[in-house]
Amino acid sequence: MWLLYLKVFLVGGLICMLGQILIIKTNITSARILVLFVTIGAILEALGLYDPIVEFAGAGATVPITGFGRSLAKGAIDAVKQQGLLGVFTGGLTATAGGIAAAVIFAYIFSLLFSSKTKKY
Amino acid sequence: MNDIERDKKYNDYVQAKIPKTKNFPTLIYSYLVGGIICLLGQGIHDAILAIWPQVTQEQANVWMLIVLIFIASFLTGLGLYDKIGIFAGGGSIVPITGFSNSITSPAMEYKKEGIIFGICVKMFSVAGPVIVNGVVISFIIGLIYLFI
Repeated sequence: MWLLYLKVFLVGGLICMLGQILIIKTNITSARILVLFVTIGAILEALGLYDPIVEFAGAGATVPITGFGRSLAKGAIDAVKQQGLLGVFTGGLTATAGGIAAAVIFAYIFSLLFSSKTKKY
Repeated sequence: MNDIERDKKYNDYVQAKIPKTKNFPTLIYSYLVGGIICLLGQGIHDAILAIWPQVTQEQANVWMLIVLIFIASFLTGLGLYDKIGIFAGGGSIVPITGFSNSITSPAMEYKKEGIIFGICVKMFSVAGPVIVNGVVISFIIGLIYLFI
């Protein structure tokens, strides 16, 4: 139990630090980081390499945005096995619909409720 | 002044003005913050499984992401998430909370341009590329799996 939490922390932190290393080395924007990590996660899942990481580290692998890419790929693969060609179109978004819908709905509500303050750096 | 010389001067000026991130401490902060967000996720996941035993592992995962997205969106609304982002860098961008922040933040920023052209359009200024790329890559992977 506590060992799992340790693994979650170590793996999750490591994936986030890889993002930070990219930022420092290349001055990459956050949109590109998100796109890059989603793509990496999806490709790793397609190659069957991401599931072992999830098994090992739980939320340490599903919370980083690579886990989002993993759900996209996993959804597509599972749907293709069940529905064939239709699954190619429906699989990815079906698997990630919960996350995208939640992000959109909460963003809509909170952007109506709150106004942004001027940023101070 | 010819063009090449002018471009060089401009690039030097840009380089001088780019906010400098201190290399080593931000690595540690990003590791700590990223790790803690993942720990929080695992905690939520286990709590959901403990409270509602009939929920499957997969469903608990989606619930966990939804709760994290809610928290990040709320903190963004309060203006607290950006403060974490200043010192945590990748630690606040890479987890799913960063995805949520990237949707809520521009939506709030452009609220004054109206609901349709402000909130609804700008909401996807960062998340749009992520979703478009994600859909395309999942389509390609699905297509490959269809033929093998």
